[in-house]
Amino acid sequence: MSLSGAVLCAASAFADSASRPKGVEPPTRVVSMNLCTDQLAMIVAAPGQLHSVSYLAIDPRGSAMAEEAKAYEINRGLAEEIYLMQPDLVIADSFSKRATIDMLERLGIPVAVFDPAYGLDEVRDLMREMGEVLSREDAAQALIEDFDRRLNVLRAQTKRRPSAALYYANGYTSGDRTLAGQILVAAGFENAAVEAGFASGGFLPLEVLAMLEPEALIVGQRYPGKSRSEEILDHPVVQTLRADHVSGAITDRDWVCGTPHVLRAIEKLGGLREEVLAD
Amino acid sequence: MERLAIGMIAVALALFLAALTIGPAAIGPGESLRALIAGDAGPLTLVMREIRLPRAILAVMVGASLGLAGAAMQGYLRNPLAEPGLIGISGTAALGAVISIQTGLAASVALGLPAMALVGALVGVALVVALAGSRGSSLTMILAGIAISALAAALTSLVLNLSPNPFAANEIVFWMMGSIADRSMTHVWIALPFMALGWMILATLGRGLDALTLGEDAAGAMGIDLARLRLKLIVGTASVVGAATSVAGAIGFVGLVVPHILRPFVDAQPSRLLWASAMGGAIMVLAADIAVRLILPDRDLKLGVVTALVGAPLFLHLIYKTRRQLA
Repeated sequence: MSLSGAVLCAASAFADSASRPKGVEPPTRVVSMNLCTDQLAMIVAAPGQLHSVSYLAIDPRGSAMAEEAKAYEINRGLAEEIYLMQPDLVIADSFSKRATIDMLERLGIPVAVFDPAYGLDEVRDLMREMGEVLSREDAAQALIEDFDRRLNVLRAQTKRRPSAALYYANGYTSGDRTLAGQILVAAGFENAAVEAGFASGGFLPLEVLAMLEPEALIVGQRYPGKSRSEEILDHPVVQTLRADHVSGAITDRDWVCGTPHVLRAIEKLGGLREEVLAD
Repeated sequence: MERLAIGMIAVALALFLAALTIGPAAIGPGESLRALIAGDAGPLTLVMREIRLPRAILAVMVGASLGLAGAAMQGYLRNPLAEPGLIGISGTAALGAVISIQTGLAASVALGLPAMALVGALVGVALVVALAGSRGSSLTMILAGIAISALAAALTSLVLNLSPNPFAANEIVFWMMGSIADRSMTHVWIALPFMALGWMILATLGRGLDALTLGEDAAGAMGIDLARLRLKLIVGTASVVGAATSVAGAIGFVGLVVPHILRPFVDAQPSRLLWASAMGGAIMVLAADIAVRLILPDRDLKLGVVTALVGAPLFLHLIYKTRRQLA
């Protein structure tokens, strides 16, 4: 399991839940400190088991479960405040600040560290891992089966895989070795950036994008406030591509985390694919 | 003199053509220039007209502005270390630009972006001229520049960190180091009015700066109105540096390197150094922008990195040479 060496802490005998000794109680006061683990925990946890989620979980721009998250205490991922919540398990992901995790472990709080998902298979793995650390294996299994069923329906056969490119602020793109790239493939597209040599993503020069002329251009989500980074999405070249071809926009809340909500992103893209094929 | 002008124009033209034909999308030079001039609805014409052409034009405009501003500042302060980037003018211009973007002024008011950058640059250049005095002691000027740069950088970072936009904070690098990647014709039109105004003002400084080489009293005796000269210098420099920074970020050292190299070719005459430095600046930024595309084609290496790699050693050399005057 990718639970980085699984729950590293003093009291971590139970960490590797497969070998958890009988008689150890499941965690009853769990704090999650990252957007993606917040959502996984909210999906998998038993009522009352999850105590707090991060402040990002209530922001509808990035969180698919902003409404649900309001039922929980909010934390800002600081060791001090999390310790004062007296949790019996903290869930973080590998993007969390190492210093915070180390501090919590020194204070004797078990921390489970999750890796981010780079593909749809990993979404299933994450749900299983979350089931294990929360002692909710059966619930997780049911969620996985439901996920598989819905994914199979969405992975409909398509006559032809049109090309598409993902284009975010600063000219960043995602290749096939990313969750966003896998969403694109699952929705029946061919990732144009891979053809240009960006298998794991990177900064796709605007002129390379123009020469690729993808049949569909899917641009990053815009955030409030202004930035120079997002200006590239208004560049005349991007505008022309969007005007001449089918174009869509990413909704980060369905795209950034490896949760069953990615199915919504795939479903929406499927509509876009039909639009391209109808042209 | 004429030979220098013809030679520089030839080099600038050659670099301009090279800038048009070099890029991450590998396209043959003949093919790309044909697409630029003839034009069709294809992607190649789009790339040439909307990406490479504005980029090359901006390199010329920004370079000429910075070269000219450096030569004018050095002529007025009679100090080879005066350079818009080093003495904090680019930094305050960037602060003005960032404020106008973050307050939405840049989006709502036509020319709001360069206008605010100009205001920022005005504050910077007025502070330096006031602190350094017309005699321009190197030490005072450099120290004032360090303080102004540091303050402007801190405020720029603060504004970007306060932004609700998650991308804003990462843009500090752009404003400190500068880049003209993926700009469009819009940016050319935004920058041009203020730059043209500044070029015209600075071009008229030649006679006054020449007279000033004989000292302030002699210049005054020759009928040079020093207060007026200073005002024109401040407004002209702020216009060109503000406009350049608003579209390309702060690109340092161009105004230091170019006049230094060209001074011997124009017999150290400030009036001739002005136009020569404008040409030279265009050449330097064109060359630097080609270099960033050749060295790291897919990483958007910042222009200021290349100009600083060339300029900083020269700056150290100049400090070494003038250290007696500094002490």
